[in-house]
Amino acid sequence: MAITYLHLIFLALAGFTLLCALGVVASRNLFHSAIWLIGAFAGVAGLYWLLEAEYLAIAQIMIYIGAIATLIVFAIMLSRGMMIGRVKMNNFQAGISAVVAALLFLMLSFVLLQVNWPVVEQAVSVDPIPMIGEAFVTTYVIPFQVIAVLLSVALVGAIMIARER
Amino acid sequence: MVLANFQFILILALVGLALPFIGVGVAWLLRPKKPNKLKSSTYECGVETYGDAWAQFKAQYYLFALIFVIFDIEAVFLFPWAVAYGGLGFYALLQVVIFIILLFDGLIYAWHTGALKWQ
Amino acid sequence: MNIFEFIRDPSQIGPWFNEVLLSTGMQPWVANLIGDIIGVLLVVIVVLSSAIMLIWLERKIAARLQDRLGPNRAGRYGLLQTLADIVKLLTKEDVTPDGADRVSFNLAPALMVMQIIMVAAIIPVASGLVGANLSVGLLYFVAMSGIASIGALMAGWASNNKYALLGGFRVVAQLMSYEIPLAFSLLAAVIWTGTMATNDLAIKQGELLFGFIPGWNIVVMPFAALIFFISILAEGERAPFDLLEAESEIVAGPNIEYSGLKFAWFYLQFFVNSLLLACIFATVFLGGWQGPFVDQFPILGVGYFFAKSLIVLLALMWVRATYPRLRIDQMMTFCWKVLVPVTLVVVLIVAIGARVTPDRNINAVIISVANIVALFVTLGIVGRSLRRDVERRKAALPGAYTAQV
Repeated sequence: MAITYLHLIFLALAGFTLLCALGVVASRNLFHSAIWLIGAFAGVAGLYWLLEAEYLAIAQIMIYIGAIATLIVFAIMLSRGMMIGRVKMNNFQAGISAVVAALLFLMLSFVLLQVNWPVVEQAVSVDPIPMIGEAFVTTYVIPFQVIAVLLSVALVGAIMIARER
Repeated sequence: MVLANFQFILILALVGLALPFIGVGVAWLLRPKKPNKLKSSTYECGVETYGDAWAQFKAQYYLFALIFVIFDIEAVFLFPWAVAYGGLGFYALLQVVIFIILLFDGLIYAWHTGALKWQ
Repeated sequence: MNIFEFIRDPSQIGPWFNEVLLSTGMQPWVANLIGDIIGVLLVVIVVLSSAIMLIWLERKIAARLQDRLGPNRAGRYGLLQTLADIVKLLTKEDVTPDGADRVSFNLAPALMVMQIIMVAAIIPVASGLVGANLSVGLLYFVAMSGIASIGALMAGWASNNKYALLGGFRVVAQLMSYEIPLAFSLLAAVIWTGTMATNDLAIKQGELLFGFIPGWNIVVMPFAALIFFISILAEGERAPFDLLEAESEIVAGPNIEYSGLKFAWFYLQFFVNSLLLACIFATVFLGGWQGPFVDQFPILGVGYFFAKSLIVLLALMWVRATYPRLRIDQMMTFCWKVLVPVTLVVVLIVAIGARVTPDRNINAVIISVANIVALFVTLGIVGRSLRRDVERRKAALPGAYTAQV
């Protein structure tokens, strides 16, 4: 398989995403971690778009960068202790998490290498958005309604937790 | 087709991010550089600043952000349906009416408990 | 290809240029890359140069509306005022306040500029003349506004200034709240036109209802257009929704500590963002570049499009120059208790109305009438609850209020 410039774009995006992800865990300032996280989200959105999943990329930007990242920054700002000074990088659970992370990494690599991924040579020819929209209300109608129930439960739960104070 | 757009948007994002820094770089060549203690002090209407600004904030902002996330996700799911709507039957309408009503009662709950009241 | 053909239909230039490059024996991907780079540079140049005109226009119009003269020293009618400002801002000393977080402090203005440049890519100026006619166009537009709120929050946090941080919080609270009615009023338009791509939206609105009424979305759904207009007032941070830069309360919002060119980027974002929001309004609700004879002469679309956008922009400026600002609780209450429920109702009206009869023309009339009825019902309910509120306050403070009211 010849290396095209798309491979280079992929490598650049993947490298950028990994770098940002590393920044999230390595940064000693929580706000900087949040900024790195936004970068990582953007990198993942770029990867989706490179795979011609425009809708998924935009959903990633809209929900993760536009909403979740803001939520995380608010959460950081709400807890005064976290804003001042540097956070300690380790706690007593560091060893256990390292083992779990290593196991997860091994499992994911195993899956990646073992599964025979179907590859399509040609580009997507039709506009997938109407097909996604149709699938929401026909094939995947039960998950679609479960999402609605889940979202309203999340809304009620969020209000109950936040109003306790 | 999609990939052609991808390339355009990627270049645009890079240029859009780089342009402000190029501008600041040009300004750096032109501008005077004479910092002093008084200039770089925090501006709070001439009053001496007390403590740093990174104080704790109201939980209210967080609550509204949570409600916003819920509706944002709802909007993301409804847009593809809206595009496909012209070719779909009555069933599609019914499903989405149920979807919207389920979220509407979340909003009514928030209203009823006073979560939408800004204090 | 002759020059007159390009003047008649400027959207031919892109494919023609690509063919010329290919005919020199270039690899296709290199030709595409060169074409895209030129396209990106064009978008950036148009954005920056329109800002120069726009800032002068806004200051002049706001001044005339408030019975002042506005800029009138630099050049005839003060036309060179913005250029003079640019020179001044370029040569200003750049001050980074003590205790500021340098990385985020410098990144924030870049994110603000990035947002406007990204949004500019999806504006169809004439038939086919668009940076990228994305199939997710409108969703992309909504997603990009999130970048600006992150930038504002970052600026507010990095400045180590209490006013700036408060301003940053207000920006995010306002932008995210009004993003919901913004997205749902666009959803109503998407249900009716059946596409999210901005250029296709303009094409779809070219059909005539009953053969003579322009099928613009503002005709079909006036209430959705009104909600969108209110949302862009808030998204553009304009009075009555400019409490995030209230000079008398929090000095200037998240950009207090910025000076020189970094301040200029915030300033640029404010003005260009308004223009882009007006352009989106014109595209989605006013038929974009549609107008008489665009089929024969697509170049006319540029004129129609900018005329429509400037009318919307003038309305934005007029509101800004006229109304006082709201308090934060009024702003949030209006969004969550009035606009959000009402937009959900409008979405349902359009979805149901589009299915009542098989005839699209009759459906358009039904949706339009239902929209106007919904508007008056909403006005009635809001008016009654406001009156009750006033009565309650009068009862609580008998002496003070009866004297004034």
